[in-house]
Amino acid sequence: MPLLAVRNLRTRFATDRGTVRAVDGVSFDLAEGEVLGLVGESGSGKSVTALSIMRLVPEPPGRVTADSMSFDGTDLLRLTEAQAREVRGASMAMVFQDPMRSLNPVLSIGRQLVEVLQRHQKLGRQAARRRAIELLEMVGIPLADKRLAAYPHQFSGGMRQRVMIAIALSCNPRLLIADEATTALDVTIQAQIVDLVKRLTRERGTSVIWISHDLGVVANLCDRVNVMYAGRIVESAPIRDLFQRPSHGYTLGLLGSTPRIDGPALRRLSPIDGLPPNLIDPLPLCPFLPRCRVSVAACRERAPDRRDLGHEHWATCFAELGPRAP
Amino acid sequence: MTALLQVDDLRVHFGPVGAPGTVKAVDGISFSVERGRTLGLVGESGCGKSTTGYAILQLVPPTTGRVLYGGTDLCRADSGTLRRLRRKLQIIFQDAHASLNPRMPIGDLVGEALDIHGLHKGRARAGRIHELLDLVGLAGHLIERYPHELSGGQAQRVAICRALAVEPELIVCDEPVSALDVSIQAQIVNLLQDLQERLGLTYIFISHDLSVVRHMSDQVAVMYLGKIVEMAGKDEIYARPAHPYTKALMSAIPVPDPDSEAQRQRIILAGDLPNPANPPSGCRFRTRCPIAIDACAATDPPPHAMSATHWAKCIRLEEGS
Repeated sequence: MPLLAVRNLRTRFATDRGTVRAVDGVSFDLAEGEVLGLVGESGSGKSVTALSIMRLVPEPPGRVTADSMSFDGTDLLRLTEAQAREVRGASMAMVFQDPMRSLNPVLSIGRQLVEVLQRHQKLGRQAARRRAIELLEMVGIPLADKRLAAYPHQFSGGMRQRVMIAIALSCNPRLLIADEATTALDVTIQAQIVDLVKRLTRERGTSVIWISHDLGVVANLCDRVNVMYAGRIVESAPIRDLFQRPSHGYTLGLLGSTPRIDGPALRRLSPIDGLPPNLIDPLPLCPFLPRCRVSVAACRERAPDRRDLGHEHWATCFAELGPRAP
Repeated sequence: MTALLQVDDLRVHFGPVGAPGTVKAVDGISFSVERGRTLGLVGESGCGKSTTGYAILQLVPPTTGRVLYGGTDLCRADSGTLRRLRRKLQIIFQDAHASLNPRMPIGDLVGEALDIHGLHKGRARAGRIHELLDLVGLAGHLIERYPHELSGGQAQRVAICRALAVEPELIVCDEPVSALDVSIQAQIVNLLQDLQERLGLTYIFISHDLSVVRHMSDQVAVMYLGKIVEMAGKDEIYARPAHPYTKALMSAIPVPDPDSEAQRQRIILAGDLPNPANPPSGCRFRTRCPIAIDACAATDPPPHAMSATHWAKCIRLEEGS
């Protein structure tokens, strides 16, 4: 049984201009110890998917519905706010892009870590303090016992993000959601954090949802990828299949837009032209059609169904793309 | 070919001169850029790459050194000369929205650049604004829109448009695509390349992203804590990085290919950048360097030449030669 099973998740926001369909029928499973990548551009619904799972979408103006959304046997949608808070602290944790905005600037690092441990693990002050030091050491912060008294502004961006990860891991969550957790960090620090996440999944069997628009990090870290566009999953595949046989026009566009440090230097990138789609009045066709470079006649007639490509790989795209040239 | 811009022993120190705690953001760097070429300036946050860009344009006053532009030292130019030369030297920033006045419509934002330098007055002005918007791929109807109505990619096009309005020769691009989605990033990168071809522009392209820099640059300089540690032509530095910092930086860039990712050896650097107010003695990278020896603490390493166009500052390179 998967740790997390999401069926037909829909998250909408009421605005003055109409209802925004931020997440529009998303379904997926996440197994124990699996690292799942959610890839797509701003506004594709990756973060709102994560926030919906965490029950962090404010309702109203938001409205989250699903046929089911079960985490370790619990239906997340049926939880009261108080129950949701218990699950969030103890079994699911989330790390955001900007650690400065997630940490309280007037409380010491130690206080913020100890607070979580006392609240969710019911540890005493001394025990919580010892555990806080262990956690900081685990995420690679040197002189952890002295650093407990430091405030967030005294830490670099990379150290702050490691503190956020330490807080997220403090209650041994079974699911860690990282939302662009390394996007704002320098590449050498990003490599340290990715290393840490790999170690966690290996040593503790933590399941991870890794949200990113960086296909490089995803290729390095994830077991499986869901590519999102306009609030929907447009392609889902095991990591190697996605890169060997990208099967949606949008996935192809993302790969063509990404400059690489290896291989022959390309003269030109092939960007995705145009702008992201309107989520208020979506097309009754494939949402990517206006920007697609591989569209076929059928794309202009009806919306594509999910096409099964074997090896747990599927895409909602009419174009027959075949394996990618190396 | 003669250099359009030549930077000699440039230093930018913040804080009282010589006092402890002075931050040596840029500490003695030299390079030159030929007309129509792109120099990539890479390194992590705090390495001094942006400060270098600002100091070239005299947006922060350099402490010592020379910035020669077509023979004139900008560091010693009077304000009139500087103002005249600024028309030739422009800059675009990472956060385009923050660099555009939120109360001005796009047409005025572009027109303002023309007005300041007294270009295309009267009837010609409106036509020139349309021409410029067209040049950067923005539809004419955006002329009455305000910055908050634009996407990140469109805002960056407006910023590029403003820079181009005064017909510059050199543009300092300070992380111009780092805040953009990868699909939009590729659009802007291609636009900058098109403009360079059409207008013969010279770029100093500042970025922490080595993949984008590889795509944009002819020559690459790697900075660490205020110093250039390695410099070479693009093909040389990506094929044969010599400095241990460059190697670590390159190994840290993930490649969008799971098979090659599985085979790559990653050099994980320990710790963060040291405090620039109190940098390590000798080689500044030695505290995080995987191959540092005692001698690295003694002297600031001189450049070691790998070829006529490729050098790196690391004493361990001498051993191999």
